[in-house]
Amino acid sequence: MSIIIKTEHLSHSYDINSKDEPAVRDISLEIEEGSFVAILGHNGSGKSTLAKHFNAILLPTGGKAYVLGMDTSDESLTIEIRKTVGMVFQNPDNQIVANVVEDDVAFGPENIGIPSGEIRQRVDEALKSVGMYKYREHAPHLLSGGQKQRVAIAGLIAMRPRCLVLDEPTAMLDPIGRSEVIDTIKKLNREQGITVILITHHMGETIDADRLIVMSDGGVLIDGKPKEVFAQAERIESVGLTVPDTTKLLNALNRHGFGLPLDALSVEDCAEAIYRAVKKETN
Amino acid sequence: MLKDITLGQYFPGDTVIHSLDPRTKLIMTVVYIVVLFIAGSWVSYGLVAAFLVLCVALSKIRLKTILSGLKPLILIMVLTGILNLFYQKGERLLVDWWIFHIYLEGIVKAFFMITRILLLITGTLLLTYTTAPIRLTDGLESLMNPLKKLRVPVHELAMMMSIALRFIPTLIEETDKIMSAQKARGADFDSGGLMRKAKSLLPLLIPLFVGAFRRADELAVAMESRCYHGGQGRTRMKQLVMSARDWTALSAGALLTAAVITLDAFGL
Repeated sequence: MSIIIKTEHLSHSYDINSKDEPAVRDISLEIEEGSFVAILGHNGSGKSTLAKHFNAILLPTGGKAYVLGMDTSDESLTIEIRKTVGMVFQNPDNQIVANVVEDDVAFGPENIGIPSGEIRQRVDEALKSVGMYKYREHAPHLLSGGQKQRVAIAGLIAMRPRCLVLDEPTAMLDPIGRSEVIDTIKKLNREQGITVILITHHMGETIDADRLIVMSDGGVLIDGKPKEVFAQAERIESVGLTVPDTTKLLNALNRHGFGLPLDALSVEDCAEAIYRAVKKETN
Repeated sequence: MLKDITLGQYFPGDTVIHSLDPRTKLIMTVVYIVVLFIAGSWVSYGLVAAFLVLCVALSKIRLKTILSGLKPLILIMVLTGILNLFYQKGERLLVDWWIFHIYLEGIVKAFFMITRILLLITGTLLLTYTTAPIRLTDGLESLMNPLKKLRVPVHELAMMMSIALRFIPTLIEETDKIMSAQKARGADFDSGGLMRKAKSLLPLLIPLFVGAFRRADELAVAMESRCYHGGQGRTRMKQLVMSARDWTALSAGALLTAAVITLDAFGL
């Protein structure tokens, strides 16, 4: 697997002159192409700041960030980097540019000078891949939050990026919108092999990720597979994040002498684990 | 309620007039206005009016809609009429009372001016009724393209216009929300004199403006991360294409102009 994004001792201070701690400090990571990576952290943990380095919206004040080997601080590469890594933001209203859904999806390809016939084709494909094709002629302000966010994703897909960074895309959505968006990005990751970096503070959205990075105070606290990370429930809770209910339940049971595995994250897995443990006891 | 407001009062449809290229409609509107001011006789006025009636009929915009569009301008029309009525001197004095002198020519002139305003407004209303604001912006950008050579930021202006149009409903929604929030905390927007009313708008305007700036900031970042870098090297998905229909319309406009000038030359 090749590496799509790489940071080397990356640090960022919003105000270089201030004596405050930098928003992110000394982060070195490598993200594999085609993987689904979740970055989890509390407000102010630096997760959004880190994410904005992945497509050169912010430039490191210390260290380096590379996208497919391209240095993000080289301005002549900025457009190329942004074509490779697309970014979805929290507020769906503030990233939609046009009055009609399909015109908005066309905005990115138009910017990079794709011929008009091909834009049409890309726009249709992108809208189909997020399940918004039948809304192509709608006005975006009449759509629901989840639908708007899917339009925003389509707008990036139409540029054929190799990586999508989603900065808390579900924070302003209701539960239905939230699952619409998460299902869409999982599908894009699975079917089109697009690398997904999902920034979130909803633990539940990270369960299916290939890798989970927990951030705290501008640094990486834990980095591993979701099951491994959740097994360290106390460390996660120590930085103000809540672990999934299933993990909580398993931890509580273990405190009372059950030797349950802590990596059963979904409700089904958890029930299964408890069932097996209870069965063993009664036998 | 507030959500239903649209700027420019566009009525969607699929008539010949609706499907004309926005550039055609813009040019035709300008030509129409110029012709209206060239026309100096009732005959040429009749011709212009006939042309307008034809366009309105083709657009299938209901008469009622046009009348309601004209309503706010009744005062201006009446004033223009009255002024012309009293100020036009002539030969046949009809009323001569105190400082008022009304001549027959004055009555004719007043009717003439009112008709002119009526035709002018109806013509421009037809443009906004049958063209989506965003199409108008596209058309304007395309028509003003030559000005780029004079370093007029045509693309940027058009982008600003279309973003403004895009955010009107969003900001209206936000105004609605802020208003409810302030009302819930006892704000009173409806009673009191003009000054009090203006003052009570302050707690509405401040959060709205702050919000608009925050939005602008986020939108700029989102646009940049979608590779926006000005008009340079930018392509369009929907290109404006002039069809036979557009050339027909423009030819009709040219003929109308020629006819009115000819009529005028013969003093008809």
